[in-house]
Amino acid sequence: MRQKSVAIVGASETTGLGTIPNMSQIQLHADAALNAMADCGLTAKDIDGVACAVETPVQIAHYLGITPSWVDGTAVGGCSFMIHVRHAAAAIEAGLCKTVLITHGESGKSRIAQIPRTIPPGSLNGQFEQPFGPMGPPSLFPIPVLRYMKTYGVTHEQMAMVSVTQREWAAKNPRATFKDPITVDDVLNSRMIAYPFRILQCCLVSDGGGALILTSAERAKDFPTRPVYILGTGESVETPMVSQMADFTSSRAFSVAGPTALKAAGIAHKDVDHLMIYDAFAHLPIYGLEDLGFCERGTAAAFIAGRNTAPGGKLPLNTNGGGLSYAHSGMYGMFALQESVRQMRGTAPAQVAGAKISVCHGVGGMFAASGTIIFSNQAP
Amino acid sequence: MADEQRPRPQPTPETAHFWEGTRAGELRLQKCHDCAKVYFPPRPFCPQCSSRNVGIHRASGKASLHSYVIHHRKVPGFTPPYAIAVVELAEGPRMMTNIVDCPQTPEALVLDMPLEVTFLKMDDEITLPLFRPAKG
Repeated sequence: MRQKSVAIVGASETTGLGTIPNMSQIQLHADAALNAMADCGLTAKDIDGVACAVETPVQIAHYLGITPSWVDGTAVGGCSFMIHVRHAAAAIEAGLCKTVLITHGESGKSRIAQIPRTIPPGSLNGQFEQPFGPMGPPSLFPIPVLRYMKTYGVTHEQMAMVSVTQREWAAKNPRATFKDPITVDDVLNSRMIAYPFRILQCCLVSDGGGALILTSAERAKDFPTRPVYILGTGESVETPMVSQMADFTSSRAFSVAGPTALKAAGIAHKDVDHLMIYDAFAHLPIYGLEDLGFCERGTAAAFIAGRNTAPGGKLPLNTNGGGLSYAHSGMYGMFALQESVRQMRGTAPAQVAGAKISVCHGVGGMFAASGTIIFSNQAP
Repeated sequence: MADEQRPRPQPTPETAHFWEGTRAGELRLQKCHDCAKVYFPPRPFCPQCSSRNVGIHRASGKASLHSYVIHHRKVPGFTPPYAIAVVELAEGPRMMTNIVDCPQTPEALVLDMPLEVTFLKMDDEITLPLFRPAKG
C-alpha cells in the first residue's frame, strides 16, 4: 500500500476528562468531534468520512449532521482507533473520501447511556471462560503475567516500576487523573485485585473521548495546524479468549501490527523519538517493547526499571501518564493517539524536545487485537 | 454441585460433544485426521489446515499449570480469593479452568505443577471440567 501521503490536521480530546456527569456517551463523541473541527477550522459539512467503535458511524454521522461517502465501524476494542486511522489513510489514498473524522467517547465512569458489554453464554468465551469466574479485564488480562515472569525471571519489583515511571510522566500533565508520585513499595502494598496485579497496576476508569481529522498530506498544508504525517501503519487480531493465546510471553497481534508499521514507515528503532504503548495493565508496555523489537525478549522489564523510558530516559514512553495514571475510558487507544499527535505538534505538556517520530501502539480486548501507527512532523 | 450463581455455559451444535463428554466424566478433544493437530475449543474443522476431516477422542485428563491469577474481587458464584487458571493439557491444547483441592495461594499454585481433571456438576445438562493436583 502506498503510504506517507495522509496527515492528521485536527485533533482534540473531550473538553473535560475523568468524571463528566453532564454528558451521555454520544455527546462525548460530539464534544470531542466539535473540538477537533474547531482545531482545524472545519464544520460537519467538510467531513465526508466517519469512523468510530461501539457507537456506530450511523449514530455519530447523524448526530453530528454529516453525510459521509465512507464509513468504518471497526470495533475490536481499545485499538480500534489505530485501525480506523489505518483504514482512513487507505481510503483517502484510494480516493474514496477526502476528510475523515474519527471519534471516541465513552462514559466509562458515569455510565450515562453507555452500551452494555455482554458475553452470550453460547459464545466461545461464554462456554469456555466465563464459567470459571472472570469478571472483566482486571481478572483476564493479567493471566499471562506469571508465565512471563517465570520464563524470564522478572521480579514483582521490576514489574512495579512500570507504574512508578508512568506516574512520573503523569505528574507533568495537568489533565492526568493521578499526579502524586508513587514508589515500588506503594505499588506492591496497594490493594490486591488479581494476583500478581494490584490496583496500581490496573488502569483507571474514566469518562472522556477524543477525535481526529485526517486528510491528504497535500491538503494538510492549507490547514492552520501543524500537520502530523502518517508514515506507516499495521493491524492484526489473534483470539477473543486470552486462554487461547499462542504464546503467553508474547502477543501475536502485536508481533504482526508493530513490525508491519515499522516496515511500511521504512524506519529503524533508533529513529523513534517517542513511544506510546497502550497500558490497560502494567505488563503491556513490556510485551509491546519486545514484540515491536525495541527490546530483546525478556529484557523489557529491566529496561523500564532502569529508567530508560522514564523522564530523562532515552526512549520516552507513555508521556501522558498512560491508562495507569492519565485516563482510561475503557477503550484507551484514542488517548494514546492524541498524545502522539501532541508530541508531534510540539504541544505536549511533557514535551520530548525535538521529537520527530512517534510510534503509537494499541491493544484491543485481552491481547485480542492490535493496531500501530507511526507519526512524524516532518513531511515525507 | 456448583454454586447456582456461577455463569452457565450454553452448548451449541458444534460444542455439544464436549459437554456430553464432561457429563459422562470424560474430557473430549478433537483431532484433525489430515494434519494430526489436536485442538480446543471445539469446532467441526481443523483451525490449522481447514480440513473438515476431524474426529473426537477422549483426552488423558493430565495437564500442567500454565498460568493464573488469584482473583480477589467478589463475583457471583465464587468465594474470593480464587484462582482463574489456564492449564496445558498433555495433548497440547490449553484451557481455562479452576484449580480445586488446593490452597488458592501463590505458594501452593506453582507453575508447571502436574494436574488432573475432575468434574463439577452444575445441573443435569452441564458439568464443568476443573483440575486438581495430580495424585501420586
